[in-house]
Amino acid sequence: MAGPAMHLLSLADLAKGLSSGDFSSHELVEHLLSRIDSDKSLNAFISVTADHALNVAAECDQARSKGNAGSLCGLPIVYKDIFCTKGVLTTCGSRILENFVSPYDATIVERLSDAGAVMLGKTNMDEFAMGSSNETSYFGPVRNPWDTERAPGGSSGGSAAAVAARLAPAATGTDTGGSIRQPAALTNTVGLKPTYGRVSRYGMIAFASSLDQAGVITRTAEDAAMLLAVMAGFDERDSTCLDHPVPDYVGGLDASLKGRKIGIVQQHFDEGLDGQCAARVKDALKALEQQGAQLIDVDLPNLDLSVPTYYVVAPAECSSNLSRFDGVRFGHRAKDPRDLFDLYCRSRGEGFGAEVKRRIMTGTYVLSAGYYDAYYLKAQKVRQLISQDFKNAFDKVDVIAGPTTPTPAFKLGDKTDDPITMYLNDIYTIGANLAGLPGISVPCGFVDDLPVGLQLVGPHFAEETILACAHQYQQLTDWHTRCPEAFQ
Amino acid sequence: MSGSWEVVIGLEIHNRLATNSKMFSGAANAYGAEPNTQACLVDLGYPGVLPVLNTEAVRRACKFGLAVNGKISQRCVFARKNYFYPDLPKGYQISQYELPIVVGGELIIKNDKGEDKRIGITRAHLEEDAGKSVHEGFDQSTGIDLNRAGTPLIEIVSEPDLSSAKEAIAYMRKIHSIVRYLEISDGNMQEGSFRCDANVSVRPKGQQELGTRTELKNLNSFRFIEKAINFEIERQIEVLEDGGEIVQETRLYDSDRNETRPMRTKEEANDYRYFPDPDLLPVEIDDAFIAEVEKTLPELPDAKQSRFVEHYELKADDAGILTLSRPLADYFEGVAQAFTGKAQTAANWIIGDLSAALHRDNLDIADSRIGPSDLAGLLARIQDGTISGKIAKEVFDAMWAGEGSADELIDAKGLQQITDSSAIEEIVDAVIAANPAQVEQYRAGKDKLLGFFVGQVMKETGGKANPGQVNEILKGRLKKD
Repeated sequence: MAGPAMHLLSLADLAKGLSSGDFSSHELVEHLLSRIDSDKSLNAFISVTADHALNVAAECDQARSKGNAGSLCGLPIVYKDIFCTKGVLTTCGSRILENFVSPYDATIVERLSDAGAVMLGKTNMDEFAMGSSNETSYFGPVRNPWDTERAPGGSSGGSAAAVAARLAPAATGTDTGGSIRQPAALTNTVGLKPTYGRVSRYGMIAFASSLDQAGVITRTAEDAAMLLAVMAGFDERDSTCLDHPVPDYVGGLDASLKGRKIGIVQQHFDEGLDGQCAARVKDALKALEQQGAQLIDVDLPNLDLSVPTYYVVAPAECSSNLSRFDGVRFGHRAKDPRDLFDLYCRSRGEGFGAEVKRRIMTGTYVLSAGYYDAYYLKAQKVRQLISQDFKNAFDKVDVIAGPTTPTPAFKLGDKTDDPITMYLNDIYTIGANLAGLPGISVPCGFVDDLPVGLQLVGPHFAEETILACAHQYQQLTDWHTRCPEAFQ
Repeated sequence: MSGSWEVVIGLEIHNRLATNSKMFSGAANAYGAEPNTQACLVDLGYPGVLPVLNTEAVRRACKFGLAVNGKISQRCVFARKNYFYPDLPKGYQISQYELPIVVGGELIIKNDKGEDKRIGITRAHLEEDAGKSVHEGFDQSTGIDLNRAGTPLIEIVSEPDLSSAKEAIAYMRKIHSIVRYLEISDGNMQEGSFRCDANVSVRPKGQQELGTRTELKNLNSFRFIEKAINFEIERQIEVLEDGGEIVQETRLYDSDRNETRPMRTKEEANDYRYFPDPDLLPVEIDDAFIAEVEKTLPELPDAKQSRFVEHYELKADDAGILTLSRPLADYFEGVAQAFTGKAQTAANWIIGDLSAALHRDNLDIADSRIGPSDLAGLLARIQDGTISGKIAKEVFDAMWAGEGSADELIDAKGLQQITDSSAIEEIVDAVIAANPAQVEQYRAGKDKLLGFFVGQVMKETGGKANPGQVNEILKGRLKKD
């Protein structure tokens, strides 16, 4: 086989290679499984489904030879362990689901499988997606392939690390407050969070139902478009999934930057942002401008309220969503409970980690009688204000661009004792979740050999626009082709 | 003692809607299956599953709202009621809190004096039921059956307008009758399809402020509800008259001991942490939907009762009994329309002999062994004098036993009344000849003996002689010569 090694190819290039017969899906899957197997440093996976993957790959090769290849036929993918996969361990990064084998597939797993995607395994994540560093996982932290002393970000840290380290060309993730975009930025990958309601949440274990959205981590915007085209669309099993037409995302990538109105938010560049990161992001904006995009200042006056708002709404919903983990029907169950109360206390006490408990307690508090109005109701009102700010901004611009994170990847253990500092890592990403908007993070350079991400946020259902902008930017730059040395 | 106290009662009725599938899942909504065979992953609260609203439940709740003159909310919201219990798989119940589907409403009942009384309905909201804990047969543990989890309910909350246990029962019966008329629920109380909690308080007569209330739970038969409320009223009055205070608490009714006892106090009460369920969008109900539902409303019990009184000239009480359930009312109309005599006669037979037979054999009117047209056939034979009322009861029993129609039975058994005067005269003469002593006494003024002679004649004719004719002829023959 000529050309670069298979693991370095994008999903789109792998698709071409498969279709022209350069290699088979079975060969590709075998190759990636051996890379996953030989990596001992990252802890990116909770489960590797090798036998399943090889079988499905062989089936895909056969289907292709008969001319029945779906759009993703034979292409490998990994799933964040928050997605239910039939017959496969689905832990959500938690001890409480340590033994949980899902009896069903999530809608997106079903759709991707139907299109021919081959599951290699389930990736590590912050417990119940609560965290920004992947350190809250019961299965241990994931390490950043660019510096294994550092966090890959979270909560989709395993997915980001696997894609960055070329263990898989693509991964699914979920983004409740930045959990796809932040790890993508910290690992030099592309992370797409679609509009709330664009992709079904059925089978995705809920953290904060009004904020959770499934998306992808890839190395290119084009690959993200290929996957979104399969994942997006109405699902009758999710009442919040909207019946909105799914455009040709891949076909839309060629839309030029010329005349694109790109909003710049001054607060994004305030003192919270690392100076060198600011410089990389500004370089990227300049590059967009040179291609004919117009940079326009916009104001998001309530942006500073997004983190506190989020930390009322998300815990409130999680405190209720996580009540079902009670040791009665599935998951971890305390040994020899004395009575019902003891069964609950110990099953949950033993099953949940510290960050999850912290959020359940916060959420229970803000929903309690006498506090509801002051916290939950007020937070919902502020959420409306933040949504309105974005709406006003999008009257003037097509996308809003800025940094994805305030700093590059931080050291493991650096922020674990200080939840507030950890929470502030999501300051630029949370707004899009509160407003239900699509966002994407694209590699835009390095600071001290650590990747930096450019974030593009669009109006509702403008995935096409942000994907096209990201794709055009990737045509101008080669940051995304850079691979951590140890994984070349 | 209780004369100086006023009783205030409000009811919360939980009524299961008889939809095909559950409130938020596709699992069957049916009673009586093997435990945990009618619960899908959504009902089991599995990780990742989501609820999808059954619009038929919304339609049925609307139907109820319209039937009690309530206002259907244009926008209603499902909220989560959070608490831990093993038969509540998600750790929260999906219910409605601030924005219920039906707001306001009313119905008229008879108070203890038999006068009309308006009872306000505060609201009715949709919610899912929990599963069941099974305490027998699991040694030291508790079994959980989740077949019932997720079945749709409407909770109907009354104003505290009820002033006695009897009124509470009258109100509950009326609601029970309405939900069955609307065919939104089977109303089966044994199966828990229709149950209620009662909020009970007492206050000195004339006092404006309400007394402290207790909530009685677990009331699933009309008889128990009445007993439980009466027990609780007496208990509260006793406490107050002894100078004590009522504790606001939830009390369980124990039907074996006929007493209520505390379950949990206000302090122990759950803080349910209601908030809008983010998995479900607010339900928007437009005028067209309401208009469509309105078209499906049947004639309701009150209207039917009035019509029966007016059109069939029934006694109001009888019309009330016959309109308690739609199948019973339909049965009556079936008979009344096939019968040319007085409809009240039909009513008497249905309320009397037919109801007794149904009750004896534990049958619903729908399963009556005598159909409306067959009963009308029997009544026609009484009407035209073919048989007497007494013989008719015999025929009725034979019809009930499935031996044939009225005409077939009358023919086969030769039960036609003897109306031929000469035939009756012959028998009368024979009876007089055989009882000279009684004839003498009668003629000496003992008029009561006429009954004896009638009885003798009827005995001779096997009950088939026309009793009026027998009377006439006997009187003539017994006159002093």
